[in-house]
Amino acid sequence: MATDPSASIALRVNGNDVEGHAEARTLLVDFLRDTLRLTGTHIGCDTSQCGACVVHLDGVAVKSCTVLAVQAAGREVRTIEGLADADGSLHPMQEAFRQHHGLQCGFCTPGMVMTAIELAQSAEPLTPERVREGLEGNICRCTGYHNIVQAVLAGAAAMRQ
Amino acid sequence: MYQFTYHQPADLDEAVQLAASAADGSYLAGGMTLLPTMKFRLASPSDLIDLGAVAALRGIADEGGRLRIGASATHAEVAASALVAERLPALAGLAGRIGDPAVRNRGTIGGSIANADPAADYPAALLALDAEVVTNRRTIAAADFFTGFFSTALEPGELVTAVRFAVPAQAAYRKAPNPASRFALVGVFVARHADGARVAVTGAGQFAARHPAFEAALDASFTPAAAAGVTVDEAGLMTDLHASAAYRAHLIGVMAKRAVAAC
Repeated sequence: MATDPSASIALRVNGNDVEGHAEARTLLVDFLRDTLRLTGTHIGCDTSQCGACVVHLDGVAVKSCTVLAVQAAGREVRTIEGLADADGSLHPMQEAFRQHHGLQCGFCTPGMVMTAIELAQSAEPLTPERVREGLEGNICRCTGYHNIVQAVLAGAAAMRQ
Repeated sequence: MYQFTYHQPADLDEAVQLAASAADGSYLAGGMTLLPTMKFRLASPSDLIDLGAVAALRGIADEGGRLRIGASATHAEVAASALVAERLPALAGLAGRIGDPAVRNRGTIGGSIANADPAADYPAALLALDAEVVTNRRTIAAADFFTGFFSTALEPGELVTAVRFAVPAQAAYRKAPNPASRFALVGVFVARHADGARVAVTGAGQFAARHPAFEAALDASFTPAAAAGVTVDEAGLMTDLHASAAYRAHLIGVMAKRAVAAC
């Protein structure tokens, strides 16, 4: 398959089949935000450091500022908008961030939650140290991380119930 | 980033042909370095040849006493592999501490060594584990592979397909990570092979290299004390905003001692 230099791509996002125009150089995060208008995924640094843009690509956490949209063609993407139930009830990890005050300004939160969900799905039991290690690619400039770590531990426990 | 043409070949032959026919093509593995570099417009290939669908580059297996890791194996896959954990736990540990989880989910061993960042972790492992780099054209000994600052023996269009590691009696890797990027400020990989010790250092110089003085000391006595007795010359080591050459020289001794203690 060659994309030259732009084409329409089809993929599944939050359970819906979607299609849109993407240049070869269009980043997945820009496709999500600008084409699909899913602006919950944030662009923080745009240099793969901060993790505000983390989404799940075929169930795996990736920095969507460092994946081409065309690389997601035919695949499944899950963003922060795809977590809550249809009736608006929050995903256990989102609820844990709310309960434990795991955010202040909220800019990093979508990426934090998406990274935390993958972390919670790992086989090993979570400890505060493992959570801090697992969040190394997500930067928060408000909280000092303490409440985020508490939220991830609580969210992971709730996900296992 | 500048415009380019994107290709997703289905197999190795198609990938190599696409690279040969492109004006200025580049293979795309995990993209963890290439895509940011293109965003900065420091690279502007005419064509990107995405290796994601090439099955021949995948897989981790025992192969004639060596551990073969396909070029497309991600750092997360190497870190989580039961076979790597059993045969080369030091390598699994190294892979599990590259960058951050999302980077490990995309970045690959083939991409890392082809990029040859002077602070990348894998080059130290390749040198200390007498690895062979398998390409679509030949097999290159790790000792001949890393040739300079971001430079390798790869020729234009040549593609890394796998890395084959020797399995020593003991091995360990210790690094002082840059706290922001987790790249190695200094990383030292120590391996105890039947014919002697190998000590390889990354992050300190223009490119990863073995350190003969440590190897001689450990051949005489494979102990942390022997490693601690080696004097490291700062000449030729890097000074940058993260650390001075003198500090890096000091860290080499500390990391070597810790790696030997962990063997």
